[in-house]
Amino acid sequence: MHLRQPLPLVGALALGLTLAACGGGSTDSDSADTASEQESASDEASDDAAMTSEGEMAGSGDFPVTVDTAAGEVTIEEQPQRIVSLSPSATEILFAIGAGDQVVAVDSFSTYPEEAPTTDLSGFEPNVEAIAGYEPDLVVISGDMNDLTASLTELDIPVVDNAAPTTIEAGWDGMAALGLATGHVDETADTIADLRQQVDDAFASFDGAEGLRVYHELDDTYFSASSNSFIGDVYSQFGAVNIADEADADGTGYPQLTEEAIIEADPQLIVITDQVSYTAEDVAERPGWSEISAVQNGNIVTVNADISSRWGPRLPELVTTLADAMSQVSVPAGG
Amino acid sequence: MSTRTHAPTDALDEVADRAFRLSVPALVGCSALLLLAILASVTQGAAGLPVEGVLRALVGGLPGVDVAQTLTSTQEAVLWQIRLPRTILAALVGASLAMAGAGYQGVFRNPLADPYLLGVSAGAGLGAVLALGFGLDLSWGPIAALPMAAFVGAVLAVTGSVLVARGSFRDPATLLLAGVAMAALFSATQTYALTRLDETRSREVLSWLFGRLATSGWGPVTLLLPYVLLAGAVLWLHARHLDVLRLGDDEARSLGLSPARSRLVVVGAATLITAAAVSVSGLIAFVGLVTPHLVRLLVGHSYRLIVPLSAVLGGAFLATVDIGARTLVAPAELPVGVITAFVGAPFFCVVLWRRKAGM
Repeated sequence: MHLRQPLPLVGALALGLTLAACGGGSTDSDSADTASEQESASDEASDDAAMTSEGEMAGSGDFPVTVDTAAGEVTIEEQPQRIVSLSPSATEILFAIGAGDQVVAVDSFSTYPEEAPTTDLSGFEPNVEAIAGYEPDLVVISGDMNDLTASLTELDIPVVDNAAPTTIEAGWDGMAALGLATGHVDETADTIADLRQQVDDAFASFDGAEGLRVYHELDDTYFSASSNSFIGDVYSQFGAVNIADEADADGTGYPQLTEEAIIEADPQLIVITDQVSYTAEDVAERPGWSEISAVQNGNIVTVNADISSRWGPRLPELVTTLADAMSQVSVPAGG
Repeated sequence: MSTRTHAPTDALDEVADRAFRLSVPALVGCSALLLLAILASVTQGAAGLPVEGVLRALVGGLPGVDVAQTLTSTQEAVLWQIRLPRTILAALVGASLAMAGAGYQGVFRNPLADPYLLGVSAGAGLGAVLALGFGLDLSWGPIAALPMAAFVGAVLAVTGSVLVARGSFRDPATLLLAGVAMAALFSATQTYALTRLDETRSREVLSWLFGRLATSGWGPVTLLLPYVLLAGAVLWLHARHLDVLRLGDDEARSLGLSPARSRLVVVGAATLITAAAVSVSGLIAFVGLVTPHLVRLLVGHSYRLIVPLSAVLGGAFLATVDIGARTLVAPAELPVGVITAFVGAPFFCVVLWRRKAGM
């Protein structure tokens, strides 16, 4: 006879990592990565952008454009000047590709870059009236909550869904789509090429992770990220073995592991985020965990939660951090 | 509020007679079930421990017994630090909820009463959200912030219900309605708080709300055990009062019993034990509602039997169900609260259907 939890909360659970957390985060505001001179790579990125659009590729400001998003095709008549972003990752991307000046409001968890106009808008429980109050000519979301797209479409406001990618490659595609939607195609291509280069360099900087058993912990109920998630793809690219994969038969990307299985899998590296209410020391002291290699060798790393849960321009930082962490791991022979 | 359909005449003596006739086999049977459940639970899990090795370790764990051990040190750690505490915790939580359910059903003379009736779950949930999400730190000595906050929230919600009903333990219906209102209030506050949380923390809270028996070693077990023993003793001692209350308040008074005071004590003990269970395991549905009914089918309507047998059977049920939570989708985990209803509900439906008559 007790009252049940309302269902929308379960939806929040299913949302996965699409909402990064508040607080934390670095404060250096080198938001717009200046384009670098990697012409060859930029061609490749332009191709990515082309794949996400219907119209022929052209320079900035060629409107109308049709953008392919997770929610289907969206046609944008004119270059948007009043963008509302309800996704922290999208916010970071918009500022990195030079569309920051067109952004009028971002959601409460969009804490980076500093100049982003953070409001109390929510991407979780989006309020159509509050969003419409900013008179946006483009709304960027990540995952359609509460039929937001349908409501905004009623109001003739185009919506681009920058859905959580499950691979790094898909992340570039999403960036390219935002570049097209905002009229910054060339700049986006340059940014992607630049980021791609940095990420590749970071991957290349360390090649000793082959076969390394990794456990990426999201919280102390043992939710983890498998290779079917964006962060999981980063581990895959290193050649690491993700102990959560076996538990992710459904391919959701974020399975909940059972504690016994974690201990039995014997990860050599445990990664937690700085947004949980416990520390690496607490993890090491968990009863029964003393047998785990990562605990015995002190290989428990804390990463910035915002950086590790967003698919944005700070990806190179994440890859570098993980490369550092993995290079610390001493892999005993036959480990 | 449904009342009992067949008015008891001199039913008490009759029932008591029948009850005690059945009591010994029932007690032995239920205890055997509990032991079996615990053994099964200890030998099954995501980490494939060899059954023989587990049994050797368990026997070797008895004082003064020396058996050759065959488990590796990792397997030992899994057994002693994770699997065994979790099994014992499951049995204790099941026992707590089932006992509390029996107590509430007796107090409210309502077969639909369950341990979460007076806002316990909503109060504990709010406490958990505040502790996990907003860093409300009520930790006290060895007790962590979350269980403490859940416990305090649960007790506050029930206290609120009792105050709204002006402490009227003479009138269970008012108390029940006050509980519903209080639960609604706490639930709404909890939902509001959840929407203000970021994704990591809200997932932590939800994971807890779904009910989970994941323990970190023996801490939660030692936390819950005193409550089970204390509240269990109080409930058992007052089971006779519940038997008399079944006859109606006037009859109870004529026998020299204060219905209001008996209800207060039973509600207090049931609330404490539920709050303690919820604080370490979240919200596990169904066990508290159904177990007392199953026991009634076995031994009749005497609370002197229903209370202890509910504890034993509830413990066996939850320990068994938790095997499923740990192994069905291993190495992933299922929330145990999902399986309790999934397994329990159809089983209960079959039992009801075969009985045809209600409770």
